Amino acid sequence: MIRVVLPAHLKNLAHVTGQVTLEVTGSHAGPVTQRLVLDTLEARYPMLLGTIRDRHSGKRRAFVRFYACEEDLSNESPDAPLPERVVAGEEPFIILGAMAGG
Amino acid sequence: MSGVRVLVGTRKGAFTLTSDGRRGDWTVDGPHFGGWEIYHLTGSPADPNRLYASQSGGWFGQLIQRSDDGGKNWTTVGNDFAYSGEVGEHLWYDGTPRPWEFKRVWHLEPSRDDPDTVYAGAEDAALYVTTDGGQKWTELTALRTHPTGPSWQPGAGGMCLHTIILDPVNKDRIYVAISAAGAFRSDDAGASWLPINKGLRSGEIPDQDSEVGHCVHHITQHPARPDTLFMQKHWDVMRSDDAGANWREVSGNLPSDFGFPIAVHAHEPETVYVVPIKSDSEHFPPEGKLRVYRSRTGGDDWEPLTKGLPQSDCYVNVYRDAMAVDTLDPCGIYFGTTGGQVYHSADGGDSWAPIVRDLPAVLSVEAQVLP
Repeated sequence: MIRVVLPAHLKNLAHVTGQVTLEVTGSHAGPVTQRLVLDTLEARYPMLLGTIRDRHSGKRRAFVRFYACEEDLSNESPDAPLPERVVAGEEPFIILGAMAGG
Repeated sequence: MSGVRVLVGTRKGAFTLTSDGRRGDWTVDGPHFGGWEIYHLTGSPADPNRLYASQSGGWFGQLIQRSDDGGKNWTTVGNDFAYSGEVGEHLWYDGTPRPWEFKRVWHLEPSRDDPDTVYAGAEDAALYVTTDGGQKWTELTALRTHPTGPSWQPGAGGMCLHTIILDPVNKDRIYVAISAAGAFRSDDAGASWLPINKGLRSGEIPDQDSEVGHCVHHITQHPARPDTLFMQKHWDVMRSDDAGANWREVSGNLPSDFGFPIAVHAHEPETVYVVPIKSDSEHFPPEGKLRVYRSRTGGDDWEPLTKGLPQSDCYVNVYRDAMAVDTLDPCGIYFGTTGGQVYHSADGGDSWAPIVRDLPAVLSVEAQVLP
């Protein structure tokens, strides 16, 4: 089970409070990646489509960041395996809006 | 007695202001979508409880919200605004080619007849339509791919399609305006477009007779006289009596003919309202006096309306979509400012009062008359 932390605006949009937990393994046999987590998140909460990454290019939106295990994973390949502690549900995958303006 | 609902989009959320038909006591509800930019909040003429909101922000992009109960509850609908086919290029500020890039929806224009049909004007300039209540948006590509498209350049606020008028008589006729390409008309429901900028004079471009390149700020139309259009341009207030084929200046005695919004009285097609702004470099009212100007002669002759409006030390702006009229009698006029005030007049503009004073900067104002 993957734990995902959403920024406040996206929690409101998805009508959730606290962390989101996602079952991302299922029939998937490969590594748990950023792309897989985001695909699963958007499938569960389709109102988030386009808010984290561009709907067409799939690129992370410029002012969105991904953190986990005290590391900035924003510029990692979306197909790179996520840290084991995230995959094990011990640490959350954090999605946040960058500090920029108000 | 019928009521009025004023729909207000701001830099940090949406608000609804409601009153009975007397328009004396108001209830303020909001913010909806707190923290998000609401470029436009509007309702369906065919079903006043069907509302649409363009919700966007620098962090999380563009969303469209829909309400089926007058704004009590909202549902996120489709936000897939793709450019169809070859994206193409327009000119950037420095004159170099730049690919079209979707940024946000500036304006939503619901059909007069069908609550599920809505047109959306986007930045970078493109026109979209939905026929299923906002789930799926389809680009009307003939506008963006018009032969003049590669020569379009953005205005200071971006290359936005900010005005959409659906003709009340000729159902296949659509007007749009783009900063800073100009005005366009389609007579075949968007399948082809004609630039309608003849007579506009724009000192910012070298060729005054240029087919495109004019910074049109807003256009309005009275439904009883659909071939007459009034335009607030970057500078100049203009009028056309032949569906945009030719324009003439009607700025007359205005203290400044720069401004953004323009509106027509609901029952008097020759009564027009503008809010003069000092200049393109100083976006605030001349002399610090917030004055709506009214012409009862379809332009040229303008009178200041000041009763109830601040007449000293006022330096707010009024954006292009932030003025609206209701259809009650007497006609109500509404406008919102960058200082967060929403003013209204229940007597055609003779006197004004704030409905609310301290909202975030107001981006759009629409007025609905409720049964």
